[in-house]
Amino acid sequence: MAEELPVGCARPTGGPVGEEAGEQERSEKPVIMEEKKMVQVGRKAPDFSAPGYQKGKFINVKLSDYLGKWVVLCFYPGDFTFV
Amino acid sequence: MFVHKMWDDHEISKMVEGGVPFPMLSDAGGRVGKVYGIYDEDAGVETRGRFLIDPDGVIQGYEVLTPPVGRNVNETLRQIQAFQLIRETKGAEATPSGWRPGKMTLKPGPGLVGNVWKEWKTEMAFD
Repeated sequence: MAEELPVGCARPTGGPVGEEAGEQERSEKPVIMEEKKMVQVGRKAPDFSAPGYQKGKFINVKLSDYLGKWVVLCFYPGDFTFV
Repeated sequence: MFVHKMWDDHEISKMVEGGVPFPMLSDAGGRVGKVYGIYDEDAGVETRGRFLIDPDGVIQGYEVLTPPVGRNVNETLRQIQAFQLIRETKGAEATPSGWRPGKMTLKPGPGLVGNVWKEWKTEMAFD
């Protein structure tokens, strides 16, 4: 699921999970600039790839690798924050 | 990531045997947090955002708290169980306020309109 990789940076892939990244840009319709919307319930989660740590290994995780499973994605301000 | 290792090795492993079982990710600069709308630009940190994503990659729910208040894992699990039930019954059942596994569900349909009061009582909203 998560491959061991050298250290990198987290990056959104630019597309929802399970879909080709940047599909919108390739469409021939004019691109309408919109204010970035907050993610919405009932819609696909934005896909991303991020470096991580799990059980003694540095790994790289892509959200779309978890298609077929339930995912709890938690953000927190920083390691060693108290709660 | 290196700090994740320090935190896991030196503190979390003292609370959870074997340390954190799931991946702890790094989001330097909040690039992913910004897309999810939970990054606090002024403080330069991610707020406590929690997203439930189903097997199709669809966000079924989220909760966002400011940093000083911790989350309730039981409530997260309860919501996953509710969403799993909805998925299994393909929407034939719905979980009313206060539902947890074992409590009654509602079967939405014309017969239920105006009749929820016969099946669901206010006390059921509470544990």
